Amino acid sequence: MDIKLNTPITVEDTAKLTAGDYVYLSGTIYTARDAAHKRMSDTLDAGGSLPLDIEGKILYYLGPTPARPGKVIGSAGPTTASRMDKYAPRLLDMGQIGMIAKGKRTQPVIDAVVRNGAVYFASVGGAGALLSKCITSAEIVAYEDLGTEAIRKLEIKDLPVIVVIDSKGNNLYETAIEDWKIED
Amino acid sequence: MRELNVREISNALKDMAISINHELSSDMVTLITNAREKEQSPLGKQILGQLVENMDIAKSEMIPVCQDTGMAVIFIEVGQDVHFVGGNIEDAINQGIREGYADGYLRKSVVGDPIIRENTRDNTPAVIHYSIVAGDKVNITLSPKGFGSENMSRVFMLKPSQGIEGVKEAVLTAVAEAGPNACPPMVVGVGIGGTFEKCAILAKKALTRNALSSSSVPYVADLEVELLEKINKLGIGPAGLGGRMTALAVNVETYATHIAGLPVGINICCHVNRHISREI
Repeated sequence: MDIKLNTPITVEDTAKLTAGDYVYLSGTIYTARDAAHKRMSDTLDAGGSLPLDIEGKILYYLGPTPARPGKVIGSAGPTTASRMDKYAPRLLDMGQIGMIAKGKRTQPVIDAVVRNGAVYFASVGGAGALLSKCITSAEIVAYEDLGTEAIRKLEIKDLPVIVVIDSKGNNLYETAIEDWKIED
Repeated sequence: MRELNVREISNALKDMAISINHELSSDMVTLITNAREKEQSPLGKQILGQLVENMDIAKSEMIPVCQDTGMAVIFIEVGQDVHFVGGNIEDAINQGIREGYADGYLRKSVVGDPIIRENTRDNTPAVIHYSIVAGDKVNITLSPKGFGSENMSRVFMLKPSQGIEGVKEAVLTAVAEAGPNACPPMVVGVGIGGTFEKCAILAKKALTRNALSSSSVPYVADLEVELLEKINKLGIGPAGLGGRMTALAVNVETYATHIAGLPVGINICCHVNRHISREI
């Protein structure tokens, strides 16, 4: 099913999403990938607070290419999610509502998605030029020293994403393969 | 003896890095475009449509095809009658990459130390494979390698008794485990034989071969066809969301090996299989 969603999204919104839904997402999201996740985790371990209010936020696991002059951002597709699996459950338990990335998740992440009524979206890996066209503004809001890995606030318009793990724990990566596999 | 200023190598690599990150080689464009026609899954077809559109936007608007503009892997074949002047060849290679990644607005994705992990901010150093060949020419191949798929690559040290069936099983295992992480549809580079490191280098080199070409060795060409068919029955599909188009091509390279061994390297690349060569 094709769905249009605007941020902020709530647990009422995620409850209506099912693995396999095609969603056009608009509003505000934040980028964070390996180094930003590690730093957020280290900050929390040290008793500090996050550089953004994570409640209700969607994090896009993305490290873009530099913007050309006059452009908002460079190429902007998803990175592989599994490297963030170590950090994601804690952030989800703190209220993060969604993740956009690509690739498999571990069971603790899936459990945290279900426990918190969150959602894991995939955007298409290797389509960074196309996806960048949906980003209308980009601004570094934390960890500027991390370069491409800094946390950026993005305004997006109709970013195409697919629900992979829904709030019931359905996992499209598991079910779709079964549907299309051919046994010899 | 032919004198060649290393600046020519830098200039070539700078151009190649910018070009290949914005416009894929014609073999890849053909394979991705054909895959959209062949895919039976409606969602898979839609995703492949995004990839075709992505290639068009990348080329016309000079936005890199993928934000992971890779670690620069370079195969350089140096004719033995070439004498480099004007500096050190390794410095010249890295200078070309440095300039290409700066001037091309490409992502700097290299950390200087694997544990300390501080970004070098210029995408150097490159990974360089040198070979000395006959003649007075230099042949450079650049493959900016993305790490979503690199991370899913494997080396298997098989027993000779496992033979070709063992090789097939190893490749299918690696591809199945890679799944959505490697951004399918993939290109699978396989190196069979040599030693532990040789099979991995062969696998990498296989990825730089024209993905529409076949091995000149008949049994290897047959193996490429069979592996592609078997991979495309796994059901992984475009973006790992189900379908027939899990791989676009399987390229296999072989080398002599030891009486006790059967090394198999499997280097997986996403559909953004960037490879570009130039003779100087």
